Amino acid sequence: MRIVLNGKAHETGALTLAALLEEMGVGENRVATAVNGRFAPRPMRAATPLSDGDAVEVVSPMEGG
Amino acid sequence: MDGSSPDRLVLYGETVVSRLLLGTAQYPSPDRLARAVAAGGAEIVTVSLRREGTGGTAFWELVRASGARVLPNTAGCRSVSEAVTTAHMARELFETPWIKLEVIGDDDTLQPDVFGLVEAARILCAEGFEVFPYTTDDLGVANRLLDAGCRVLMPWAAPIGTGQGVSDPYALRSLRARLPEVVMIVDAGLGRPSHAAEVMEMGYDAVLLNTAVAKAGDPVAMARAFGLAVEAGRLAHLARAIEARDMAAPSTPVAGTPFWTDP
Repeated sequence: MRIVLNGKAHETGALTLAALLEEMGVGENRVATAVNGRFAPRPMRAATPLSDGDAVEVVSPMEGG
Repeated sequence: MDGSSPDRLVLYGETVVSRLLLGTAQYPSPDRLARAVAAGGAEIVTVSLRREGTGGTAFWELVRASGARVLPNTAGCRSVSEAVTTAHMARELFETPWIKLEVIGDDDTLQPDVFGLVEAARILCAEGFEVFPYTTDDLGVANRLLDAGCRVLMPWAAPIGTGQGVSDPYALRSLRARLPEVVMIVDAGLGRPSHAAEVMEMGYDAVLLNTAVAKAGDPVAMARAFGLAVEAGRLAHLARAIEARDMAAPSTPVAGTPFWTDP
């Protein structure tokens, strides 16, 4: 399946958002997520299915003004 | 205030003493950032979100170690939906209902899209966020933001990162005069400590800075200078400055001085 992960094309076998994070090796509590422009809360990630063409954002803290 | 009674700033029920809020971007090193926050006495720092995989976790650990409260922003958002989604991600990640709401309307001036800003503020306030909207000095927009549920406003002094200081003193003075009870933090465009003192003397409740400190030759010393200026400006506001006048007035009583004659 081909998704857009953080703005870049990404091939994945993950069927859910939680599985994608695991595939990325990202700590569950260290990031926040959105799918197709909508916030995907932490408790909902395992129940959030991914489909071909989905746009996924995975973000973490950064310096800001 | 005589110095014995504490002068506190209350933001959505949270009380702080320092009226200097600092951004955390563009410092020459993480160490300089940490020392600047300490030197300026800032109790609140702004943070942001980036796409995972573009950096490590050192920054976030440093902010946590500083003990400062965090005010996440929606920097870079150019639409209501982007800002709302970013706010939700920030609330979960930083575990705070505070959000510095930015909806940018122009890439060159980073001028807020005030229509989008009001709409996003309405959505987020209804969802329980405590919104700090980055706005212009426009009174009409300020009133719309208050109607939307904002209890703190953050008008600009000048466009972000310009360091120009107050570009329209009349607008900021009249905004302050028309909304005397609203907590307002001047955010963006300040370059020098004197600019910060100026807006504090006008009666603004606090200032938020980033570039002016981070890009200074010595960010740590500049943070301290801004901290002192903010405090001086606040004290001056509370002490009520004299009105400027055109004619000179002797400060030394002249009656009875040597050689004095009754005019």
